[in-house]
Order: sequence, then structure tokens, then C-alpha cells
Amino acid sequence: MEKNQVVLRHVTKRFTTRTMGTVTAVDDFNLEIKEGECFSFLGPSGCGKTTTLRMIAGFEDLSEGEIELCGRPVSIKSKNLYIPPEERDLGMVFQAFAVWPHMNIFDNVAFPLKIRKTPKREIEARVKEALKHCSLDGLEKLYPSELSGGQQQRIALARAIVTNPKVMLLDEPLSNLDPKLRETMRFEIKELQRQFGFTIIFVTHDQSEAMAISDRMMVCDMGKIMQIDTPENLYRKPNSRFVHNFLGESTFINIVLKDGKVFPKGDNSQAIDIEIPAGAEQEMVIATRPNAIKLTKNSGFMTHIEKRIFLTDKTEYLVQVGEQLVKIQTPHRVVFAPGETCGIEITSPGWYPPEDKEAEAERARRQRF
Amino acid sequence: MRKASSDIAAMEGRRLGLDGIMTILSFILLFIIVVIPIFMIVYNAFFYQGKFDLTLFSSVIFDKENLKAMGNTIIIAVAVTIFGTIMGLFYAWLLGRSDIPAKGFMRALFTIPYMFPPFFGAMAWDLLFSGRAGYINRWLMSTFHLRTAPVNINSLGGIIFVECSYYFPFVFMQVVSALERMDPTLEESARIAGARQSQVIWKITLPLVKPAISAGALLILISSLAHFGVPSILGFSKNIYTLPTMIYALINKSGGSFDGIRQGTALSILLVAVVAIALVIQKKVLSSGSYDIIKGKSMRPTLIKLRGAKYPLLFLACLTLLIIVIVPLVMIFLVALVKAYGLPLVWKNFSFSNYQKVFASTATMDSIKNSLLLSITAGIVCMFLGVMIAYVVNRIKPKGKNVLEILSILPYSIPGTVLAIGVILSWSGAIFKITLYNTIWIILVAYMARYLSFSMKSASASLQQVNSSLEEASRACGATHTESLRDITLPLIKPAMVSGFFLIFLPAMRELTTSILLYGPYSRTLGVQIFALRDAGMIPQAAALASVAIVLIIICNAIVTWITKDRKGA
Ligand SMILES: Nc1ncnc2c1ncn2[C@@H]1O[C@H](COP(=O)(O)OP(=O)(O)O)[C@@H](O)[C@H]1O
Ligand SMILES: [Mg+2]
Repeated sequence: MEKNQVVLRHVTKRFTTRTMGTVTAVDDFNLEIKEGECFSFLGPSGCGKTTTLRMIAGFEDLSEGEIELCGRPVSIKSKNLYIPPEERDLGMVFQAFAVWPHMNIFDNVAFPLKIRKTPKREIEARVKEALKHCSLDGLEKLYPSELSGGQQQRIALARAIVTNPKVMLLDEPLSNLDPKLRETMRFEIKELQRQFGFTIIFVTHDQSEAMAISDRMMVCDMGKIMQIDTPENLYRKPNSRFVHNFLGESTFINIVLKDGKVFPKGDNSQAIDIEIPAGAEQEMVIATRPNAIKLTKNSGFMTHIEKRIFLTDKTEYLVQVGEQLVKIQTPHRVVFAPGETCGIEITSPGWYPPEDKEAEAERARRQRF
Repeated sequence: MRKASSDIAAMEGRRLGLDGIMTILSFILLFIIVVIPIFMIVYNAFFYQGKFDLTLFSSVIFDKENLKAMGNTIIIAVAVTIFGTIMGLFYAWLLGRSDIPAKGFMRALFTIPYMFPPFFGAMAWDLLFSGRAGYINRWLMSTFHLRTAPVNINSLGGIIFVECSYYFPFVFMQVVSALERMDPTLEESARIAGARQSQVIWKITLPLVKPAISAGALLILISSLAHFGVPSILGFSKNIYTLPTMIYALINKSGGSFDGIRQGTALSILLVAVVAIALVIQKKVLSSGSYDIIKGKSMRPTLIKLRGAKYPLLFLACLTLLIIVIVPLVMIFLVALVKAYGLPLVWKNFSFSNYQKVFASTATMDSIKNSLLLSITAGIVCMFLGVMIAYVVNRIKPKGKNVLEILSILPYSIPGTVLAIGVILSWSGAIFKITLYNTIWIILVAYMARYLSFSMKSASASLQQVNSSLEEASRACGATHTESLRDITLPLIKPAMVSGFFLIFLPAMRELTTSILLYGPYSRTLGVQIFALRDAGMIPQAAALASVAIVLIIICNAIVTWITKDRKGA
């Protein structure tokens, strides 16, 4: 079995500020990240991703719990053990690149080696190698201000790989780049990982980026881990309304159970034909994707087309279900006219409790910070 | 489109629109206020009775006393720069990067040296440590049975100490703001790269704030080179002169005769040369390095835990600040209350008699009135002049706008002493037989030249924020050029005008350097009167008047804070 490279046990971080009182930014995180894995932290802004990463890097104390890197304990709150960042042998790339403007490219990349008192010949060889891997060869003498954002991010990458670290931490490394470049850089990071074999922890709030790059990912919300799994499993079997919504466009329908049948909220005349899972409450929310709902001429839940929107790669229909308008996306070849009668078929939706106003408010409060 | 407004004026068929008038007026005024005095200095230094003549210049330059004064000026300025920079850096690091408590309190203390003129501090320290008379010296001598005074504030070291205590906030402010703007991940990525905290400070933090350090340090250097107050208070009694105080002494000794003024003129050239070298260095250094360190979203720097050193450092930092900032102020109030200088500072020797004398004296009351009149007038006049010149430079952009801009900023770099001589040379009848000498107006002219750049910069910055399309939109709605200016542009930059006024009013209230050379029997200013009282040996009265000035300054500052805060809320 593969070794665990990064292990978090009961890691908790509380911040106390004068304006906000005490906020539990990270609440009892338990993680096991395997050697060579690309693992993403995904969640909306303010959910505690950066804080977790900074605790792994050693920039923040833990309030509780312990962290292990490559089998070595680096933070254990109960024993007051704390290894400073410079002794954790990590690579890290920051959102704002953080290349040092007063050093040229060579000196930026050579810095970690110089600090380690590596012999000069070796420094030159390894910097050259790192620059080559990041397609920066020939730019050694330039200063960061003379380079583009993408190139600056490559310097940061080169600087991180030059010491050959086992674990690489990336905090939203692509969010300051334009969309085209973002995709290229994603590939380059994966390619570097293939060559060097390091473990990646990748922080992002962009779900498609996370899905494209990760072997496994953790979705978190308001300081809590919501779910950890592969991108595909997360998309197909989200365990909560939040994860469902966060991983892609979602259609939620409020429903009421009556006499063993499912009725859309606000309309008891027609039942929706779906299986009721065990343990369902009286009022629930069923969740599916707009493109997973089947639009038919005369089967399923009968209703009519409220509105039709023709988009570049799909057609979008809004149909009335109970008191709600439900969004459905179909290929262009499925054609219904506004006002036309139609049926919708929903297969194996997710079942979640109704939404929680308080949680919404708390999420907004954290994002404001 | 950038000359839209003037084009319209031209299209309207008027040859001289409002823009034209403002442009011409700006040039004329700056010529009178700035060009003439500078020209007169250069002319009088090198020409005698209409002929080129270097004898005066060389005799003044190679005079032993003058050379010594120049040496002193440089020694003091360099020492103040070095010590002030070290001190400023230490406090900047402490407040910007460590987890020391009471940061707000210390920050409040740092604003105090900005408020009061350094010569108040010099007076206070003189009261404590001058020879055998100083209060602390006497106490030390009697306690430890010393024969001689242990500390002599009337020395180069004393001057350096007092100037340092007023100028170190320059570096502090620059560096602390650079540290606050700096992206913390620049330092964090060095930690990840394997650098220890101390290595990060030396290899990353310090190099990155180097531009801020040099900016602050050069500001200290230039201010100290031109500084008059402290060396005059502390140095005269021991015949220690710097270039600015030597110029004053020369002119004072000759009783205002033309010969004295001419010698002062030659010395002025020397002082300007020294300052100019510093300015050139400043320009070079500032243009060479300024990095883009303001990036990133997370603006929470990791604070360095001082752990065990926390409270000792806090104690040290607060104690130093209190000594430097508060002790002089307290001392002035105590001595103001004592019946005669030298009496022990105990309750039974205190009375309000000095205040009674101060308020009974017409000369003193006049000096307060003069200062208020001068500061308010200079503030208002410069406020409008500044806006006009800023408007011409930023909006009308006539040919020679760079000249205009340079001329309005230039006097700020000229030492006050030199400016005063230029004003004397110009307005004592040399031009059109206009004599303002010994009147309050000659001081006003000098203040205007000295402070115009403050209001002009403030108005410029604000005008650049107001998009010119706003004015164009108003014209499109049918308003004339004048109406658009009055109803759109002026209201939008009003905040900058108000702050421009106070930027001039406050320093003018405490001005000493130029007024000491320009005052006449009926045109003493507050600073001059304090200086004169002290010079005449009436030290407690001087302290009483200084304490009145302190209260005035505090009230004015409170009003400014109140006004600016009020506006932010609205
Ligand atoms: N230094 C700090 N002081 C106070 N609160 C903090 C600090 N750092 C993070 N927080 C809080 O912790 C929560 C998580 O922040 P963060 O980890 O930066 O979120 P993310 O990176 O997921 O956007 C937020 O609510 C934020 O307000
Ligand atoms: Mg973050």
C-alpha cells in the first residue's frame, strides 16, 4: 500500500479577533494524503483552505490536533511540538507569485540552495535544470518585473522544485492568471509532478480546476470537511446539498412527502415518479443537474414550457414544477415551443434536508473578512 | 482631447479666455515669488556694483569660521541621519513586524514630534542639561558631588541628539508604511525556501524596504542640513555654528547692513550647494529602486513573536519615546510656572506670574496676532494659488508647464534661511523701490514662497482624481467654462483645498527660520518672540509663551482632525 505523505489528525484552528469574536476557521480536520497524490482543497472563500495549508507549512500554530509530514511529526499541539517552516522541506507556491523583485531569476531560484549552503557548481547545475523544466531557460539574468504573470508564476514553481521537495503546497496558484494560461499551467504542474513525483496539495475555489487536476479532493465549507473523494464520485454522489451545488450547475426541487408519494411543494395534484429513500423526512429537497433531467412529449411529470433560451452549446428551458421554476438543459435538437405541454423525468436524484438560513448567513459572514 | 477646454475658449473666438488669464497669472506670480529672490541671491553673491566679482565669495568660503560651520553642518546632518535612521528602523520593525503590545499608543506618540517645532525641544533640553545651570545637571552634581557638569547639551552631540529626536519619525513613517504594504508571502516563501527568521530579515525584508529607508534617510539629511532652530538654541552660547545659524549671526551682527547681507548671501550659496548635492543623491537613489511589493490579497503579515523579550522591549520602547517626546513638553510647562529660572521645581516656587507678564506685554500679544494673521493669510492665499497653478499644470497644460511645476516646488528645497535672504534682497527697495523690509508683508511673501508647494501638490493630486470629462459634461449641459469650474471642479477638489490650507497654516504658526531674519520691531512672530525672550534671558517667560504656543498648536491640530474626520463620515 502507498505511504501516507501528509496526515492531519483532529486539526483545529480558532482565530479570535476584536471585530468578529472567535471564529473556528478549521474544525477537526482529519486527512491522509498519499505519496505522489494530487489532492485538492476545494471550497468557497473563507472556508479555511488557506489556513489549513498554512498550518501544514508551519506559518500558523494549531489550536488542537497534530500534523505529520513524510512520517515525521511536525506539529503536535498537546506536546507543544512545532517545527518551523524552514525545516519542513516543502515547496510552496503562492497566489501572488511572491517572487523577490530585488533578485534576478537566477538568484530567485538559487535562493533555497544558497541558504542550504550547496556548493556553487551544484547550484548552477540545479538552477539550470529547474529553469529548463519550467521553460524559463535563457532568462536567468532578467528581473521579475520584466516578465509576464505566467512567467513569474513559473519562477515560483522553479524555486519550489529546485530543492526536490517531497510535498508541494499550492495556494490558488492560477487565480491571478488569465483563463487560457490557467489551463496550460495546470498541465505544466501535472507534468512536473509526473517527472519529480512529489505530492501536491492544491488549494482552489474553482471546481473545474480542482476536478481537472486532482486525484482526490476535499470539499469544505465554513471550516468543516464536507466530503473527501475522487472528482467523479464527488460529482456523482455528493453527500450534501452544499457539495452538490458547489461541484456543478444544480437543480433543486422542494418536495413534500404524502401517502408514500412525492409531490412538488405547493402542488398536490400530481406526484413525481421517483423512489423514496429510507429515512426521508416530510419536507425534503431533491437535487439533480439541469442536463440530467429528461424532457419528453407525454411521459413523467406533466407541465408546460415557461421559457426557452437558446445558448451557444445547449438550449435551456424553464418549466413550472409546483411553485418553482426548474431549469433544464438539452441539446439543440430537442425542440419545444414556449407554452407547449411537456413531461419531465428525473432519475435517481440526491435527497437533502431543506436549506438552512443560518448556515447561509454564517457563510456570508466568513467571506466578508 | 487633452486641451479640450482651452480649445473651446479659442473656438469661442476669445483670444484671452479664463484659461489664458490663469496661465499668465501663474507665470507672473511665480516669477515674483520664486524667480526674483533666487536671482537676487545669485546675482549679489557674484556681482558687486554691477561687475562680476568673486572676491567676496572666495573670502567668505575660505574663512576659517565659515569652513568650520560647514564642517559642523555636515557632521550634524550625517550623524542625525545615521542615528535617526537606526532609531526609525528599530521602531518600524517593532511596530510593523513584531507582536509588541500598545502599538496604537506608540503610534500616537510618533505624531507628536511632527506637531511641535524642534526648537521647543532644544529649549527644554537646554533647561535640563545646559552646563551647570541645567536642572538635571545640577541635581546630578549635588547628588554625586561632581565638580563639572556631567552632560553638556550645548555641544555637537547635544544638537545631534535633539535633532534626532525630531527627525527619526521620517524614517519610521516611510518604513512602517512600506512594511504594511508589503506582501507577506514574499517573506513566507523565503521561510519555505529554508531561510531562518533572521536570514529573512536580512535577505528579503531589508532589501525590499531599502527604497523606503533611503527616502526617509535623505529627508532627514536634507532637513537637518537646512535646520536652524536647534543649533541656534543650543550652539550660540558655546560659539558652535552651522551654516544656517552662521548666516543668521552674520546678518544679525552687521545690524542688517548691506555688507552683512552680502556675506550671508555668499554663505547661502554654499549652503544651497551642500543641500543640492544631497538633493541630487536623493533623486538618484529614489529613481533607481522602487519595487512592486504591493501585491497579494492576504495582508496579514506573520508577526514575529518576541516571547521573553516582549515586555523588556515594550518598556524600553515606551520609555525612550516618552523621554524624547513627552519630557520636553512637560519641562516647558514646569519652567513656565517657576518664578525665576534656576529655582527648584517645587510647588512653592510655582505661580502664574510669567503668564501674567506674557499676556500683559503688547509685544507678545502682537506676536501671537501676527502669527495668526500671517498663517491664515498665507494659508488662504496659497490655497487659491496652489489650486490655480495645479489647474494650469494639470488641465490647461500650456507650453512651459514643467517650468511652472518646478518653480512652485523649488522653494521647498531651498533652506528657509536662504529664502529669507533672497526675499530681503528683493524687497528692500531693490526692485521698483518697493520696500517691505521690517513689515509683516515681507514675511508673508517668504511664507508664500516656502509653503506654496504644499497646497499645489495637494490640489494636483486631487485634480488628477477628478476626471476632466466631468467638466466637459457640464459644458455639454450648457454651462460656461467659468461656471463649470465653479460648480463642478472646485467643489470636487474642496477637500484637498481645505487640507492644503492646514498644511500651510500649521507649520506657519510655528515658523522660526525665515521670520527670524525678516522680522522688524512690529512684525515679530510667535516663534521669533519666544526666541527673543529666551535670548534676553527671560527664560521662564519664553517657556510660558512656548507653552501657550503648544496649547494653540494642540487646539489647531484637534480642529484639523475633527474637520477631516467629519468629512470622511459624510
Ligand atoms: N489571521 C487571521 N485572523 C483572524 N481570522 C482569520 C485569520 N486568518 C483566517 N481567518 C479567518 O478564518 C477563516 C478561513 O480563512 P481562510 O483560510 O483564509 O479561507 P480560504 O483560504 O478558504 O478562503 C475566515 O473566516 C477568516 O476570516
Ligand atoms: Mg485562501
